Amino acid sequence: MIVGDLKPLDEIVSTILDYKRVLVLGCGSCVTVCLSGGEREARQLARELSHPRHYKDHPPEFTVGSILRQCEHDLVIAYQEIPPETDAVLSLACGAGVQTMADAFEPLPIFPTLNTTFLGASLKPGIWSEMCNGCGDCRLSCTGGICPVTRCAKSLFNGPCGGPQNGQCEVDPEIPCAWTLIFYRLKKQNHLHLLEEVKTPPDWRPAGGRGPRTRMRTGIG
Amino acid sequence: MKSGSNLEKILKAGHFAFTGELGPPRGTSAEEVRKKAAHLKGKVDAVNITDNQTAVVRMASWAACIILIQEGLEPNYQMVCRDRNRLAMQADILGAYAHGIRNMLCLSGDHCKFGDHPHAKGVFDIDSMQLIQMVKKMRDEGKFLSGSELEEPPKIFIGAAANPFADPFEWRVHRLAKKINAGVDFIQSQCIYNMEKFQEWIKQSNEMGLTEKVYILAGVTPMKSVGMAKYMKNNVPGMDVPDEIINRLKGVDKKKQGDEGIKIACEQIEQFKEMKGVSGVHLMAIEWEHKVPEITERAKVLPRPQVD
Repeated sequence: MIVGDLKPLDEIVSTILDYKRVLVLGCGSCVTVCLSGGEREARQLARELSHPRHYKDHPPEFTVGSILRQCEHDLVIAYQEIPPETDAVLSLACGAGVQTMADAFEPLPIFPTLNTTFLGASLKPGIWSEMCNGCGDCRLSCTGGICPVTRCAKSLFNGPCGGPQNGQCEVDPEIPCAWTLIFYRLKKQNHLHLLEEVKTPPDWRPAGGRGPRTRMRTGIG
Repeated sequence: MKSGSNLEKILKAGHFAFTGELGPPRGTSAEEVRKKAAHLKGKVDAVNITDNQTAVVRMASWAACIILIQEGLEPNYQMVCRDRNRLAMQADILGAYAHGIRNMLCLSGDHCKFGDHPHAKGVFDIDSMQLIQMVKKMRDEGKFLSGSELEEPPKIFIGAAANPFADPFEWRVHRLAKKINAGVDFIQSQCIYNMEKFQEWIKQSNEMGLTEKVYILAGVTPMKSVGMAKYMKNNVPGMDVPDEIINRLKGVDKKKQGDEGIKIACEQIEQFKEMKGVSGVHLMAIEWEHKVPEITERAKVLPRPQVD
C-alpha cells in the first residue's frame, strides 16, 4: 500500500489561513489502511484544526468527508458532497489523490495534509516498512523475494557491501541488511548460485526520470 | 601487462608490494598534498588517494593524484559510486588516464549519512562490482559501458576492496570470487586486526584458487591510541577490533601507545610476508603519513624494489 504521514499541524494551518469553508477529505484506500488518511483521521484532523489557538481571527468552518479512492477520477467526480461555498479542500490522500482531486475540481484549491512516503507493507501491527520503489524492472525472482533496490541503503545489485554487522545495515543498526537477508533466504532455498553471477549495470529508464510514466490498457473505457 | 603501472610490475615480478594511502585536504592546498606525499616518497610502491572518504568533501582524488605524479609518486585513483553516475565516472576515468593515472580502486563508497553532507542524495547509479566491469570493458574492449567505441582505451590496473570481517562471513570469499569474475586485478583488504578471521578468509581464498587470479594486499592501519582503537571498534562500519588489541594498547604508558600500535602493525606485516595468498600490504596510516618512513623502516620493507 501507499504509506503517508500527517504533516505538522502548523504547516497544514498555514495553507488554509485565507479560507473560510474548508472540506477535510479522507481517502478510503491505502492511507485508511495505514491509519493516516481515512475518514476517522479526517475527523480528528478537523477537530484539531478547529481550535481557535491556531488563528488570529476565527477558524474556518470545517466539514468532513471521505472518498473511496481519491486517485480515481471517476470516483472523484462522482462525489457530490462538497458543501456549497467550500473554498478549499484539505486532502488526506497520497500525492496521486491530491493531484487527481485538483484536476477534477479545478479551480478549487486542494491542499495536501500528508507527506506521501513509500510503498510498503505492515509486517507488525502499527509498523509499516518500505518494500518497493516502483523501479519498473522487478528482480525479486533472483533475490529471494527481498528487494535490494528499495531495502539496501545503497541500492546495490551485487551486495552485501563491506558494512553489515550482526546482520544489520551500517547506515542504521535498526535496519536489517537487505543483502544479508537475501543471502540467508537464498541459502534456505538452496539457491545461492543466484548470487554468483555479476549483475550487470541496471537500465534505470523504467524507473522514471523521463517525465511521468503511464500505463495504457486497450479495450477499457 | 594490463597497465604497465609500477604497482602491477612489482606484483607481477613477485615482489612483496607495499602501498600507502593519502587523504586529500579539505581545501585547495596543493602544498598539503605535496607535504604528505614527501613522507611517502620512496617508501611505497603506489599511493591510494581517497575519494571523499567517509562521505566528507575533499579535494578530488584525481586532482590530488596529478599532484602526486608531479612529485614522482605513483597514485592509485580511488573512485566511489556514491557521488557520480556512469557518465561522470567514465569521463573522469578518461581524464585521469590522460594525466598519467594507471591504477584505480573501485568502491561503492560510504553512505552520505556518515559525512558532512548528510542531506545529499547518494547516486549509486552502478555499484562497485559494475564499476570494475566498466573499467575492464573500457580497457580491454575499448568500449564505453553503452557499447560505443572509445579511442585509445585507458590501460588501468583495476583494484577493489574486500572486507572479510563484514557479514555474512561465509559469503565473503564468494564475493571476492565475484569481483575476480567482474575483472579485478588487485584487492586492498579492510584494515585487519582480527588476524585469525583474516587467515581463515585467506585460507578459503587459497582453497578456491582465487589468490592465483588476483593480488591481495592486506590492509594495515596502525593504532595511534586506545581512543582510536575504541573508536574503530565501535564507530567504523565493517571493522573488527578484538579486545586483545585494545588491552595491549592499554597495557603501555599513554605516551607509548602510538609506538605500541606501530609495533603491532609491524608484527602483522611480518606475518603477511609469510602468508600464502598475500601479495603485499596496503598501509593506511590515517593522518599519520609522517610516520610512514619510520613504519616502513621498522617493518623492514625498504628499499622498495625497482622494476622496469
